[in-house]
Amino acid sequence: MKTNLLRVAVAAMALTALGCGQAPAENAPAVSLKPGEKRNPAPDFELTDSNGRKVKLSDYKGKVVLLNFWATWCGPCKLEIPWFVDFEKRYKDQGFAVLGVSMDEDGWEAVKPYIEAKQVNYRVMVATEEVAQKYGGVEALPTTFVIDREGRIVSTHIGLVMKKDYEDEIVTLLR
Amino acid sequence: MKSLRFFASLALLAAPALAQQCAATVTEPVKLRVARKGVTEQRLKVSLPAGCHANSNTPIEAFLIPLKLTWTAGAVEAAATDYPKASMEKYEFSEKPISVVSGQFEIVTKFKRSATAQPGPGSLTGKLRYQACNDKMCFPPKTVELRLPLLLE
Repeated sequence: MKTNLLRVAVAAMALTALGCGQAPAENAPAVSLKPGEKRNPAPDFELTDSNGRKVKLSDYKGKVVLLNFWATWCGPCKLEIPWFVDFEKRYKDQGFAVLGVSMDEDGWEAVKPYIEAKQVNYRVMVATEEVAQKYGGVEALPTTFVIDREGRIVSTHIGLVMKKDYEDEIVTLLR
Repeated sequence: MKSLRFFASLALLAAPALAQQCAATVTEPVKLRVARKGVTEQRLKVSLPAGCHANSNTPIEAFLIPLKLTWTAGAVEAAATDYPKASMEKYEFSEKPISVVSGQFEIVTKFKRSATAQPGPGSLTGKLRYQACNDKMCFPPKTVELRLPLLLE
């Protein structure tokens, strides 16, 4: 029990320390990102996507990943999803992937009609309590982690941010 | 090691603080005197912190979780529920205004005494379900367990 509490504490501390994304200067093509040696490894997980295929975060090593925790009942998440569809379309071939992890209690019953309606083109999974705890509990949505090619967390965004904030980070990491 | 423990404590304090950000406060219901005949009203007082809102009982989209008060049937039965008047608010994240409640509000339940109920004290249990957000983020749906003390005349 104590070990679990300590793990959660350390994960939450690491995520808190990462802070929310810094807004880049207007029109800046690149942003100043957290130096590589200060980035913490993104906790690995294995979940099943909407097509029944296993998704393991560690299989994405070598790619820049935008890991988005969301829910169908979350208004700000609904605004962001079309951005992520756009990122997936434009940057997939450059070694980028979006992974959506839904926190819906009703699971696929709620999630499948939603992602079909929104024509989501990236892999979506339903979270387990264990995965949420690995990422600090995910108490507010959207919560999004930008992960570098080495599988390290570059930034944590809790709540709605600008599309440009994400895009500047992605573009910088893809260079 | 001491500093690690200090930061771990800080993190443990910080994580639940975020979860509590838009938590509703429900005033504990006082004893409801139920007359032999007619309808008895119970006003449930609820408040949300400043800057927070919850979906009304009639959200504009099916995906949104409505405000919902339910009572188990017993010596009295809920005949009707009057929810607070919703306001249509536009947020940074919404393309069009959405139907919400915020601040302090009341949910009024009209109870009817069941035909077989005997006079004397009793209680009723209920649940208030809501899902709250602020203008930047949303919090998981919550269910508040309620207990309403009764006195059947």
